[in-house]
Amino acid sequence: MTGAEPTSPPLLAAGALVRSHLSGSTLIPAVRGISLQIDRGEFVAVTGPSGAGKSTLLHLLGGLLRPDEGELWLDGRRVDRLREAAWARLRRRHYGIVFQSGNLLSDFSVADNIELTAVLAGMPGRTARERRRELLNDLGLAHKATAGPGELSGGERQRVALARALVNRPQLLLADEPTGNLDSRSTRDVLALLARYHRQGTTIVLVTHDARAASTADRVISLFDGRIADDARVEEPPAAWQSATGVRGVIDFGG
Amino acid sequence: MRQQLLARQPAYGYELKQGLEQTFGAAYPQPNIGQIYVTLSRLEKSGLIRGTEVTQEGRPDKKVYEITEKGTEELANWFEAPTEGPRVRDEFFMKLILAEGTDLTDQLTLINNQRRHCINMMRGLNRLAATERGNRTSLLLIEGAVLHLQADLDWLERCQEELT
Repeated sequence: MTGAEPTSPPLLAAGALVRSHLSGSTLIPAVRGISLQIDRGEFVAVTGPSGAGKSTLLHLLGGLLRPDEGELWLDGRRVDRLREAAWARLRRRHYGIVFQSGNLLSDFSVADNIELTAVLAGMPGRTARERRRELLNDLGLAHKATAGPGELSGGERQRVALARALVNRPQLLLADEPTGNLDSRSTRDVLALLARYHRQGTTIVLVTHDARAASTADRVISLFDGRIADDARVEEPPAAWQSATGVRGVIDFGG
Repeated sequence: MRQQLLARQPAYGYELKQGLEQTFGAAYPQPNIGQIYVTLSRLEKSGLIRGTEVTQEGRPDKKVYEITEKGTEELANWFEAPTEGPRVRDEFFMKLILAEGTDLTDQLTLINNQRRHCINMMRGLNRLAATERGNRTSLLLIEGAVLHLQADLDWLERCQEELT
């Protein structure tokens, strides 16, 4: 055999995406030409000040908004022109999506909200129940299984939305500020869960303002004013770092 | 620090080192035994602590240290005084402002590099937090460092908004 091995296309590729929002009668550009590639198995954090275009970008990547200009490729296939029904199918099959609002079904219990998503995607009820139990456990919400979304705090609702997004073990998880309303301990639980799914092969794109969440990723894309200002790998600190350094460099110990 | 621990009970230099390690955990940068002895002799010269030789059988004598009245007084003042500390990275700010007008770098590069640095530090702190799980003192200190880094990153965003 001759020739190079066929390289598989990136899981997600965006070319010069542009998207504006209408505010009153003026068009406000939110994303002004973003190109990026995300490979299978990557864990990418997208950060930037509010108004930088983070959420718009995430909506574009998930097909929940269409670009005004530019292209989007999923797994080597151009998808920015697909109709909504085709997008809905793609999302059900490949994506897990968590948005800030949570979007839980208010008439169903926490458990049903999660299990229903799995069953609709074709998972046997029993497996769905097991996965739901596991996820709620990992997120410290086992005791809320029978509660309705109305009885949950903002942070709890967010974690349930995350459980729902992960129940089908998606190839690609898109998450918008999943630690936004969480206290320190819940943040730790959520980040640990994301790290585990990442280790098991899930590709993750995380929009976040939380530096702890961003530093869990392998790569941090910083948006500014609708464009990419920086795209950097997160470096593993050397193993010897912590015993020698501790928190020095951040906290001053007075020499 | 050594003086503070001596306010609890008299101790040998090595005991102080162990006490520090047990109290603060791995998040806190630990002094080596040499630094501890240097500090102890400095505190003794200032009259804040007092050392007494203890003879040991078959081994060299060692000194047990205890806090003096003067030391206790100074310690009380230390506890009472408000704690000042550096709150803004002056040196980075200096670079950022002085970068303009040089061909050596530009402000966006500086901000990006500093952001990368903060995020890498944060990664290290996550690691440390994982190894220190269960040590509440350590975790609190790490959380303090995490919040400082978050503030630095938020401030970098403000710099970016204003300057670039």
